[in-house]
Amino acid sequence: MCTVCGCTDGGAKVEGEHTHDHGHSHDHEHDHDHDHDHSHPHTDKKGDLHFGQGIGGVHVPGLSPSRIVQIEQDILGKNDHLAQHNRDRFLGLGILALNLVSSPGSGKTTLLTRTASDLAKSMPIAVIEGDQQTALDADRIRATGVQAIQVNTGKGCHLDADMVRRAMDALDPEQNTLLFIENVGNLVCPAAFDLGEAAKVAILSVTEGEDKPLKYPDMFKAATLMIINKSDLLPYVPFDVAVCIENARRVNPDIEVLQVSALSGDGLDAWYAWIADWQLKAQDADK
Amino acid sequence: MHEMSLAEGVLQILQDQGQAQNFSQVKTVWLELGELSHVDPDAIRFCFDAVTQDSIAQGAKLEIIRTPGAAWCHDCSKTVAVSSLIDPCPECAGYKLQVTGGDDMRVHELEVE
Repeated sequence: MCTVCGCTDGGAKVEGEHTHDHGHSHDHEHDHDHDHDHSHPHTDKKGDLHFGQGIGGVHVPGLSPSRIVQIEQDILGKNDHLAQHNRDRFLGLGILALNLVSSPGSGKTTLLTRTASDLAKSMPIAVIEGDQQTALDADRIRATGVQAIQVNTGKGCHLDADMVRRAMDALDPEQNTLLFIENVGNLVCPAAFDLGEAAKVAILSVTEGEDKPLKYPDMFKAATLMIINKSDLLPYVPFDVAVCIENARRVNPDIEVLQVSALSGDGLDAWYAWIADWQLKAQDADK
Repeated sequence: MHEMSLAEGVLQILQDQGQAQNFSQVKTVWLELGELSHVDPDAIRFCFDAVTQDSIAQGAKLEIIRTPGAAWCHDCSKTVAVSSLIDPCPECAGYKLQVTGGDDMRVHELEVE
């Protein structure tokens, strides 16, 4: 069972992984899409009574033999551990991994296809595409000639570190690759899950309203960079860029901001310069 | 609904600990959820009940300890109390705040048998 993904492991599908799908359904088998690699301890089947297992190994008459166990473990500990493995792997390969997060419809995939086609001439690029269903986005990326793999989260609302690990196995990217991880379109859940990326990049389009950083502060707090997209529409919508930046800095004083139009190409040079800067850091860290 | 994933994470910890510390039934779980953490207590209660069905923690009571939010104000050069990520500094009304506490999500302790 996947410990970090609420949809259970079987819900997540990484393209290219071996599956047991058939052309017809078996409603009588394969109904357990998760493994139990742990046992379920139950009370003693023989009906024996075990006293003396209370706190301090004693039995106090009239009290149940319960005890208090100190745990102090982070709920996300396992995901964070896997994320650290991903981070080490990226570091070892000089890979800059960016986790792109946004609402659905912010133009994330358009920005990504544009970026991929502009930069693919000068560097190896790979994309991990997260969506609940379909390989449509990975197909869009692959149409640019860039290596992409789709991860379908099933009912899951975010990518987790294990999904990225599996996608990395399938992609097997070369040294110094620029890796984009396009998260599920969702401004809430992906904020909590470290994937091992160097930075989260939050994309917000001008059709969404400048108050979004206040409505979804967790995400803008977790992001290193906010990209304000669809700037070509600014003349037609009541979106105040300055207020949006001010709102974002209320939740995250250090957040960097870029304004682009993935459609017209306006502002993309600054985005590419930002990437180049971070790539140098990723490759220097490798040395 | 990432609370479902988090509840699964809690259950995994309980199961691992059950094996390591030799218990077969969890009666109470004390969960520390910071005021500034990525989680809604009501949602995690709902999810906890759902994921613990037929498990070591079936019917377990969930006690949520809310740890208070705290941030370092760069302008005041001191730690101040905040209860949300969009709160200003209560002293100077500024926003140059860095969260220093209350963003934890942790299984604190268990009552088991």
